[in-house]
Amino acid sequence: MTEKQVLLKVENLYKHFPIKKGIVFSKQTGAVHAVDGISFNIYNGETLGLVGESGCGKSTTGRTILQLYRPTSGSVVFEGDDLTKLKGENLRRKRRDLQMIFQDPYASLNPRMTVGQIIGEPMEIHGTYKGAAQTKRVQDLLQLVGLNGAFANRYPHEFSGGQRQRIGVARALALEPKLIVCDEPISALDVSIQAQVVNLLEDLQSTLGLTYLFIAHDLSMVRHISDRIAVMYLGIIVELADRNELYANPRHPYTQALLSAVPYPDPFVEEKRKRIILEGDVPSPVNPPIGCRFRTRCQYAKGICAEEKPAFREISKDHFVACHFDIFSQ
Amino acid sequence: MAELLKVEGLETHFQTREGVIHAVNGVSFNLKEGETLGIVGESGCGKSVSMMSMLRLIPSPPGKVVAGKALFEGNDLLTINDEQIRNIRGAKISVVFQDPMTSFNPVLTIGDQVAEPYRVHHKAGKKEALDRAVKYLELVGIPNARERLSDYPHQFSGGMRQRAMIAMGLICEPQILIADEPTTALDVTIQAQIIELVKRLRDELGMAIIWITHDLGIIAGLADRVNVMYGGYIIETAPVKDIYKNPQHPYTIGLLGSLPRMDETGYRRLTSIDGLPPILLEKPATCPFELRCRYAKERCRKENPGLMQVEGDGHFTACWVNPKTGKEY
Repeated sequence: MTEKQVLLKVENLYKHFPIKKGIVFSKQTGAVHAVDGISFNIYNGETLGLVGESGCGKSTTGRTILQLYRPTSGSVVFEGDDLTKLKGENLRRKRRDLQMIFQDPYASLNPRMTVGQIIGEPMEIHGTYKGAAQTKRVQDLLQLVGLNGAFANRYPHEFSGGQRQRIGVARALALEPKLIVCDEPISALDVSIQAQVVNLLEDLQSTLGLTYLFIAHDLSMVRHISDRIAVMYLGIIVELADRNELYANPRHPYTQALLSAVPYPDPFVEEKRKRIILEGDVPSPVNPPIGCRFRTRCQYAKGICAEEKPAFREISKDHFVACHFDIFSQ
Repeated sequence: MAELLKVEGLETHFQTREGVIHAVNGVSFNLKEGETLGIVGESGCGKSVSMMSMLRLIPSPPGKVVAGKALFEGNDLLTINDEQIRNIRGAKISVVFQDPMTSFNPVLTIGDQVAEPYRVHHKAGKKEALDRAVKYLELVGIPNARERLSDYPHQFSGGMRQRAMIAMGLICEPQILIADEPTTALDVTIQAQIIELVKRLRDELGMAIIWITHDLGIIAGLADRVNVMYGGYIIETAPVKDIYKNPQHPYTIGLLGSLPRMDETGYRRLTSIDGLPPILLEKPATCPFELRCRYAKERCRKENPGLMQVEGDGHFTACWVNPKTGKEY
């Protein structure tokens, strides 16, 4: 097998949103620690899944990578260039290689633009295709995502949720990107339609050689589509591993609880399962717990968890976990 | 066990600018005491509308229940007068709605809202009702329930709001609790909390539950019996184990195949159901699923199959074709 090539390297990424008080003289009184020091690599051609509960910072991570939010500190190196240092024209050019598919197919398409204009806009901005060539390219893209090329003159409201999400995919593909950040692309869709969109994303990956960062909260779907999976909790990555390893051998108490909470579509399995029920809610990211972030809900928490922040260490090959203990090793 | 609710031939129409939408096209089912019934289907298949029709909660116009009966304690819920239905709703049959963010009134306190059904149905005073609200908020696991009575909904998190909704549904100790996708808007960890809670309460209070969902995963461990709906019809009904082990309708098979499973080893391509659910501008004369069905035969394009018993006790399916053999029965 060939050596895996790093396409994107995220290092010590922080994103804090300031909380301000006052109208005329506003001063910062605190910060939402949305992303609080995360590091990972994305290899060429793989799908990295990013899971966690709402408010854990997974979408912020995706947007900060694309520089839609400028990070507070840290670096995002894409093919040798640090995106956080790029500005203006240079950044705009780089964006061609990094695209995004959004969660809500009803809100992410402009209702006043035709499908052709929506998919054509990135080409217009970057000047890649013009005039008749652009029209042809739009039709090709529509066919690529499984829609009729003649739909280019229609408006978004004429399509169903699943079809709209296909239009969103076509728009993301318009500039032939290398990395696509999929921000919960299927959570607004019906179950049978989810499978259609997931199959489409898989087909496109194998024909176009795309790399995905797949953000989701549905653990069974993430397992299906990803090669490796990162689990986020309150702004940090608590565990990162190969998908089979993570599901077979979760080492962080939070990953364990998260996996045990997923319902199986099988009454025979459900009958025998024992759930780990997490008490309470996720703490506020304005004042995250000192030490280990998860200790307030962790059944194994000891004194050290409140004092020291656990290191993100490699517990076995390519399996990283941020926990003081090694609770689940057999 | 005794039958608690018997719904027969329920039909609901909505008047729209495009024409009459036939949302529910003859739904019949029974609910026994203490039974948990799961109702599954995609959005727009009529699962919520059929339950709301039964309780006369359909806004009219544009909605109208045009046919059917819903027998509860010897009375037809669809024909009794307004006061009688009000005495049943919230007291004997209560509903927990989908979205905990919007189903509370933001300008009233949690305590007042949770206590309201008890005050109305039992003519109780404010203090007595609030005491009872505390009891039920504690039952659903709200810490410091008494102090939190004077909180407003925005001070509760999503999971807590949903638990408060359930407390409101339970405060009159109903015989039937209808849960309309109560966990769809919540995270999996909170969803697991709510499901465990409902299971515990069901066993403690002995009520019957109708759980509406689009996710076959959720009800596998919860329901005794499952109704699968499509195009305003129940297209398959069976005890929970039969429906997962031995699904008979192509739509149910498709739904199960489109779910990835976490215990699968290796890679399996998801089977998607091509196409879209029908827009029911007229009552389907053919099988409503025929256009998306892999097994469709000549007969499916001519006649709409009714529910027919197949192998297994209490297992009914509305399909002309046996999916195992690909031939007509």
